[in-house]
Amino acid sequence: MAEFRFPWLSLSVLICIVGAVWDALARTPDVARRRSLGASGLALGCTLAAWLDFVLLGAVEAHDPWSLTAGLLGSPLLALDPLSAPKLPLVALVYFLTNLATLRAKAREFSFARSLAAEAILLATFACKTPWAVAALLAIGTIPPFLELSKAGKPKRVYVVHAGLFVGLLALGAALLETAGDASNPPVAAIMALALAMLVRSGVAPFHCWMTDLFEHATFGTALLFVAPMPGVYGAMRLVLPFAPSWILQAVSMASLATAVYTAGMALVQREARRFFCYLFLSHASLVLVGLETASPIGVAGALCLWLSAALSLTGFGLTMRCVESRMGRVSLSDFSGLYRHVPMLAALFLITGLASVGFPGTVGFIGLEMLVDGAVQSSPVVGAIVVIVAALNGLAVIHAYFRIFTGRPHASSIELHIRPAERASVLVLTALILGGGLYPQPGVESRYHAAVALSRSRRSHARSPVDPAHGAAAGSRLPSGRVAIDLIRARS
Amino acid sequence: MTVEALFVALGVCVVAAPAILLLAIGGAFLASRPLSENAMARWTASCVACSLLASVAILTLMLGTGSRYVPVELGDWARIPEEHFHFHLKFVFDRLSVPFLILTLILCGTTSAFAHRYLHRDPGYGRFFLAFAVFLFGMVVATLAGAIETLFLGWELVGLSSALLVAFFHERTSPVLNGQRIWSIYRISDAAFLLAAVVIHHATGTGDFTGMMGTGPWPEGRAAVTSGQALGAGLLLLVAAAGKSGLIPFYGWLPRAMEGPTPSSAVFYGALSVHLGTYLLLRVSPILELSPVLGIATVALGLATAAFASITGRVQADVKGALAFASLTQVGIITAEIGLGLRYIPLIHIIGHACLRTLQLLRAPSLLYDYHALEDAIGGPLDDADDAPGRWLTERRRRNLYRLGFHRGELDDALDRFVVAPFVWIFQRFDRLERRWTDWLAGAASRESDRRAASAPIGEEA
Repeated sequence: MAEFRFPWLSLSVLICIVGAVWDALARTPDVARRRSLGASGLALGCTLAAWLDFVLLGAVEAHDPWSLTAGLLGSPLLALDPLSAPKLPLVALVYFLTNLATLRAKAREFSFARSLAAEAILLATFACKTPWAVAALLAIGTIPPFLELSKAGKPKRVYVVHAGLFVGLLALGAALLETAGDASNPPVAAIMALALAMLVRSGVAPFHCWMTDLFEHATFGTALLFVAPMPGVYGAMRLVLPFAPSWILQAVSMASLATAVYTAGMALVQREARRFFCYLFLSHASLVLVGLETASPIGVAGALCLWLSAALSLTGFGLTMRCVESRMGRVSLSDFSGLYRHVPMLAALFLITGLASVGFPGTVGFIGLEMLVDGAVQSSPVVGAIVVIVAALNGLAVIHAYFRIFTGRPHASSIELHIRPAERASVLVLTALILGGGLYPQPGVESRYHAAVALSRSRRSHARSPVDPAHGAAAGSRLPSGRVAIDLIRARS
Repeated sequence: MTVEALFVALGVCVVAAPAILLLAIGGAFLASRPLSENAMARWTASCVACSLLASVAILTLMLGTGSRYVPVELGDWARIPEEHFHFHLKFVFDRLSVPFLILTLILCGTTSAFAHRYLHRDPGYGRFFLAFAVFLFGMVVATLAGAIETLFLGWELVGLSSALLVAFFHERTSPVLNGQRIWSIYRISDAAFLLAAVVIHHATGTGDFTGMMGTGPWPEGRAAVTSGQALGAGLLLLVAAAGKSGLIPFYGWLPRAMEGPTPSSAVFYGALSVHLGTYLLLRVSPILELSPVLGIATVALGLATAAFASITGRVQADVKGALAFASLTQVGIITAEIGLGLRYIPLIHIIGHACLRTLQLLRAPSLLYDYHALEDAIGGPLDDADDAPGRWLTERRRRNLYRLGFHRGELDDALDRFVVAPFVWIFQRFDRLERRWTDWLAGAASRESDRRAASAPIGEEA
């Protein structure tokens, strides 16, 4: 395993932790906002540097030098591989831009200190590969939203029930995984528990109600940050995909596909913007899971592309929606709000980010969706057709919401509603990434394909039966081609 | 400079000019520095002229050198060689694309010049030209596409701009609802297209039209797929074309689309957008030739649409509605021609029809004034048109046909009643179930959003 030139990973996590403490001591929300922007900006810089360092090293995996955990645990806890390398800067960017787009008026409701703490946990989660540590960090990650709900005096039982189920299943799965002697042959019960936990965390139906409930009661920023990076998908990739037998993957795939259809339909009948956004997000997260379980490198690569693009575009979409909400309170989709005349630029950004999330041509999601459909059709033509239908339904939902929020008789307002510079900057950065990634997709596609092949290799290395003739020879030596990897998986299953 | 290099340079110029227009207007809008009306008109005129001159130069060169097929390769947009996945950016100048491209650019140029005056000082002037730039770029890309994925790219851009322009007068409810309806039909059409693209890709191993249609320039290629694959992919493409061109059962969007400003109605629904479906069928015509069943289905769909639109168009009370159904009649006939295996005749039909209909639609706003002027001049009302085809029908049949036309076949209502309403009903039931579940878990009313008072149902929802 290669070493970074500087401990970027530990530093990014540490900055967030220190920033959270420092932020908590701030006397005014304005000071807290400035501090959190500084800390999350620094963390973003570190994660970008880590990504760049990783690319320059050309390694399959890299970790920090002088890692504390290496001495204690025998191996470094934080490491990057092709799967997690771009996710870390993405997470840091999402947090930074959300903090940036939080207006002073909202600074009293949205806790910057808690946001930095959640960022530290999430960065550590995405930089971690060790199963028990990933499980532990995912479990800890459920605490910040709970604290917010408690502090705001909001109903939290729905969230607690689901979070408790998630943590319980994680603990059970991780414990069974750790107690199993042979790491390459984990007990099916452990995999099932972990798979179920990830379904709960990803909001796969019927375990999705916690997410709509969170969007109902938490601040939009907190809910967005808790779901947008899709840690459940990451957990599925680290804890389920490498070990799971084919039938579990198929079950997860079917559940995800059904959720994608169901939530796409639900997004169309929602009469309130937050709930609409939540269902739209759930539909995309489920599509990512469907792609991961297609077990074809192109499908997995498509899902990984979609993961990045959906996280980017839905964050942008969520931020524009949050901007709208900060101007007129909860946004009803039952009526035409007529905001276009006040905020034409916000309308344009809403449209761009929304269409990007459904893979509109020229945006970052387009190639990813094409690859996903391609992989799904390889897996089963019916699955491919359903994925296309889901994308079509989501496209309908986005334009429906656009028309409801921005068109209609102009909204009468006695105050200035124009988009603020900080909001504009944050959404424009995301828009630039969305359009830039759409117009020049090749680096992203290439990097995600390598990550997909690495995932296939990881899955193969955990194979139970030694029926593959190439099993021993290829492991760890060089990346096999995707086709070889998938043939091996299919041969085994 | 060699002839090939000249072809490439001109080809890039044809595509780049609309892209630059889109970047200029869109970039200025995003930078909160919108261009003035005159600047936008000048940008549009310059880019259209540049693209048109380059395409005429290509046509001249093709005629001069005797080339019937000029590909312009821009490389792979995205590729994974190990998986044989590539998104090829290739543009093709041939006997199909060049006439359609020149038609597109001439009509877009004319319409933009018309719109510059028609929408002068309209608050939505900039919005119109931005959507117009998206449309122009989409049309050029779709027309010249040398691979099915590239065609899909242009196809989607045309769809989005159409929906946004129908909802152009967005302070009123009705145009917005109509824009939404059109977007819904287009999404069905897009889904069918995407599936067809994937099916063809898997059948032939390429999305490139050259690979799919075998050797030989259009229309002489032979598809490299089996008859069964041709039927499957062809039916999906037929659905896509039916959605885009407003054939049965999707015709309901066409009269609704007339809610947009007249220039957009002219260029979208009289001239170009409505023919894009038939253009697609012409482009994939070698696939149609492989399956007699597909050919029969295409003819039947075209004739049924033409007959229906002809009846309905006769009872429309507004000029744009009547023109919409007149367009649809011709589009149905063009589709039937394609199904019958004709190639050049539908192409000529498209060009002639598009030019005529653009003229009629652009003249429509002043038609009433002209009629009054004419009646003043002759000193009395004009005679009613002679209803020759209806004379041999019984009164009862004429009444029934009138009713059919007046209600536009009620197919639009049937879609609402049997597709949309059950869909909404089912998911609203699920929503209620979820509410009960979360209320039970929370031990109280769990939805804060319920406190946001919803206003009365609007427009058609009522």
